[in-house]
Amino acid sequence: MSIFSHFRKKTSAPQARERLQLLLAHERASAGSDLVAILREEILAVIAKHVEVDADRVQVRMDRDEHVSLLEIEVEIPLPSAMRAA
Amino acid sequence: MGKVIVVTSGKGGVGKTTSTAALGAALAQRNEKVVVVDFDVGLRNLDLVMGAERRVVYDMVNVIQGDAKLPQALIRDKRLETLFLLPASQTRDKDALTPEGVEWIVGELKKYFDWIICDSPAGIERGATLAMRHADMAVVVTNPEVSSVRDSDRIIGLLDAKTLKAERGERMEKHLLLTRYDANRAERGDMLKVDDVLDILSIPLIGIIPESTDVLKASNVGAPVTLADARSAPALAYFDAARRLAGETLPITIPGDKRSLLGKIFGRKAA
Repeated sequence: MSIFSHFRKKTSAPQARERLQLLLAHERASAGSDLVAILREEILAVIAKHVEVDADRVQVRMDRDEHVSLLEIEVEIPLPSAMRAA
Repeated sequence: MGKVIVVTSGKGGVGKTTSTAALGAALAQRNEKVVVVDFDVGLRNLDLVMGAERRVVYDMVNVIQGDAKLPQALIRDKRLETLFLLPASQTRDKDALTPEGVEWIVGELKKYFDWIICDSPAGIERGATLAMRHADMAVVVTNPEVSSVRDSDRIIGLLDAKTLKAERGERMEKHLLLTRYDANRAERGDMLKVDDVLDILSIPLIGIIPESTDVLKASNVGAPVTLADARSAPALAYFDAARRLAGETLPITIPGDKRSLLGKIFGRKAA
């Protein structure tokens, strides 16, 4: 082995880190998927009682970090129905 | 009221039982009243690591089923007056541990001890969820290795969802205990570094335990590593971790980082 092959040698830890980051980002997202789906459905049902909403225009997202879990809900209400409701 | 700590990891063989015994003994060496509780029904080992295997008469399931009183099942450590062990049952019936029974036992132990340290079984089944159920804080034991880190991430998710604290909407305090760490291999780039694991799991670090032959030696003779050789590198690291558990702020040192050849020959204090 030449002395230079030593410098070229690729270390394995960065790969471990990268693989874990990718995998866990995916696993964390899917771990909450049941809850997000249920929430989405129920929130939609409540809103639909009062205003007309398009099921595709409701977005529910969940983020987790060290301190908090963040539930983000975005509902787009079309203008005509919003006016009718008011 | 005592503080309940769960020592957990998801993955097996990363050092939960070793860490439970070492931390329990370290806290008891500070004259605090400590009980270490084995939740691994059917595969108990904390008794063996503590050197109390021949003194087990009654276990946690006997207490739950009313065949023994709680004080009868508690084994006092021969070396430390304030250290006790509550052994797991060797029954193959994994439903022997009931949620109500565990709740009652933990409630009773909290009245008499300063620290109740629950040694969780591996996995994410009943035993593991019951061990974490009543915890006030969690010690997540992780090796710098991909499968252990992944499983720890899973366990962190469970700690935030399946514990009483989480269900009450409170924040579960979680601490990372990195075990079997080899600073030289990490430096060479062949092992995940402390910061890698911290970045990925994003929970605060409570200690780094170096890979060491002293851990096996201690379990061979049935002594927590903090008692077997209190000056060994892993023991020093566990003492520091115990102090942090008790609320002290200490700078984290990476053990074994600057161990000189002379240090290796003449002693272990260069940890």
